[in-house]
Amino acid sequence: MEANKEDFKYKKRAFLSAQIDLSKFNKNDFEKATEEEKKQQDVMGESRTFFQDGMRRLRKNPLAMMSIFILLAIVVIIIVAPMICPYSYDTIIRVDGKRDRGVVNLGMMQYSDMEIEYMERTGEKLFPHIFGTDSLGRDYFIRCIYGTRVSLSVGVVAAIMVLIIGVIYGSISGYFGGKADMIMMRIVDVIYSLPDMLLIILLAVVLNENLGPLIQGTVFESLGSNMIAMFIVFALLYWVGMARLIRGQILQIKKAEFVLAARTIGTPNGRILRKHIIPNCLSVIIITTALQVPSAIFTESYLSFLGLGVSAPMTSLGSLANAARDSMQSYPHRLIIPAVIIVLIVLALNLLGDGLRDAFDSKLN
Amino acid sequence: MENEKVKTKAQSGNLLEVEHLKEYYPVSVGMKKVPLKAVEDVSFTIKPGETLGLVGESGCGKTTVGRTILQLYKPTAGRIVFDGDVLFDSEKKIKVDMLPYRKRMQMVFQDPYSSLDPRMTVEDIIGEPLDVHKLYANKKERREKILSLMELVGLNAEHAMRYAHEFSGGQRQRIGIARALAVRPQFIVCDEAVSALDVSIQAQVINMFEEIQEKLGVAYLFIAHDLLVVHHISDRIAVMYLGRMMETADADELNENPIHPYTLSLLSAVPIPDPETARRSKRIVLEGDVPSPLKMPAGCPFRTRCKYATEQCAKEMPELKDRGNGHLVACWNK
Repeated sequence: MEANKEDFKYKKRAFLSAQIDLSKFNKNDFEKATEEEKKQQDVMGESRTFFQDGMRRLRKNPLAMMSIFILLAIVVIIIVAPMICPYSYDTIIRVDGKRDRGVVNLGMMQYSDMEIEYMERTGEKLFPHIFGTDSLGRDYFIRCIYGTRVSLSVGVVAAIMVLIIGVIYGSISGYFGGKADMIMMRIVDVIYSLPDMLLIILLAVVLNENLGPLIQGTVFESLGSNMIAMFIVFALLYWVGMARLIRGQILQIKKAEFVLAARTIGTPNGRILRKHIIPNCLSVIIITTALQVPSAIFTESYLSFLGLGVSAPMTSLGSLANAARDSMQSYPHRLIIPAVIIVLIVLALNLLGDGLRDAFDSKLN
Repeated sequence: MENEKVKTKAQSGNLLEVEHLKEYYPVSVGMKKVPLKAVEDVSFTIKPGETLGLVGESGCGKTTVGRTILQLYKPTAGRIVFDGDVLFDSEKKIKVDMLPYRKRMQMVFQDPYSSLDPRMTVEDIIGEPLDVHKLYANKKERREKILSLMELVGLNAEHAMRYAHEFSGGQRQRIGIARALAVRPQFIVCDEAVSALDVSIQAQVINMFEEIQEKLGVAYLFIAHDLLVVHHISDRIAVMYLGRMMETADADELNENPIHPYTLSLLSAVPIPDPETARRSKRIVLEGDVPSPLKMPAGCPFRTRCKYATEQCAKEMPELKDRGNGHLVACWNK
């Protein structure tokens, strides 16, 4: 082979073969690939992290993407709208500095007689009452915006509290196991069996008396002690589901060989938890947190509906719906609007949670 | 990687001495707690730079022996001496802090898929032992060490930023080996390190183990159930059955001149690549199943399946006795 390298002839192409006819060429028509060219042939798939992988799958899920879009739209509206809208959630509308008795109970996009007269007189355009006004003459649109603000932030704050407490408690219980796990899980069982609504109502009543003077002058004042009670109850009660879930995950992961390998190396417990176990539970943590938000919003809504929510004049979607109950037949839109917003938020968050589970749960793909 | 070999300071010349090692797990049967005797009275020694093969069927306690030596499980009883230092002694109640020894004894795991953290890059996996034992002065030195380890096990430097799931089984096992080598250990437990790989890759990885041994002078405890593989890599072989040591000998001696009936049956089960020879050779098929380690037969655990079993076997467990040339056998009749 080496000897007759020069006069080497390629075989003639077989009949009907789809290959290039090499007999038309000889050895000199080809040249050897350089090292650099060879390197280019090493096709390497781009290295993707766990998150990039999950986000790629999430982007292919139209329902989840729509949910993200709706949630983003709601967040943008509740941030921007109060800057544009000249009305405030807690003041009664005045026309030209004068009290307007006709501004109450307006329908959507309606103006009161005094406002029409004012606009005709001055030629100035007043900002429309998009959702009308309530029975006290406050702009309903801006009240809905503030209600959404409160409801969403309650949901997010509660979810974060549940996340922090649940993850810490669950990972300690699951990782150390044995007696510690036994005791910690029995505590969880006890908390699980407490009726949460009853506890919230009791706490709200007790805290209302004790917290009232404490929170005066702070950010919490406008939210009211009922809200604080709700947060405390969330922190006290709702983490148990998360803690159980995390514990189960950790029990599973800590038996994996890579954890044993880390122990062989001499990795301290804290580092094993931080670097190996928690990152491997991350998908479950993300999903559960996303699903925790709507549940908190729901709880807040029906507590407000029962009159245990934020204190007036601050409002939330639940208390808006509650206030609209009395005039349900005459002004149904006042009940429908906050109800629709709650449905939109909760549905979007649930669908997003489902989408996140599909995208990030490694067992499904 | 510098080519200097690891040195031992032990007087006896043994790197590792395991004496009368026992490992029982508490298992609840109904309301009672019964000990599951995973390892019952195992003793052996390993010299520096030597490979001891440990064979036996599934569930006979091979893996437990390996993990107990590294104190991943607390031994129930026995004595473990590493390089002249007593790591564990149940009689004198000695139990040392293992952290400094984690640098000197390492382990390669069976399953290359579950033994690498799926959320970590290769660089972080190999770098973890360096991080834990603070074996570098700065980021640059860490990276250099990692790259030289990757080169040692035959991985490309470009692979450093990739995740474990992007590799094939053989490459993953190389990552696991690089992780074990990162601390420059004197002793590595290879727990079925090649069992999960297919035959051609097995050969590559085994050859790599041998090259590394030549370069760095590490000693291996090579756990496997494939006698051919073990014979290829080991200097000496120990055969285990139901948590007990049955026979220990030099690899060639055990292969050519097996004495214990269990070893005989194991060897007869090794597939022979030549069909002519295979047809002529007789397979010794063992009757019955392995007894439950919860209800260990009295005396020799193998007697329930042994055709040479006598009354004496039921009474007493035979000691490992030297039959010449360091060939130790625990049997009354052979």
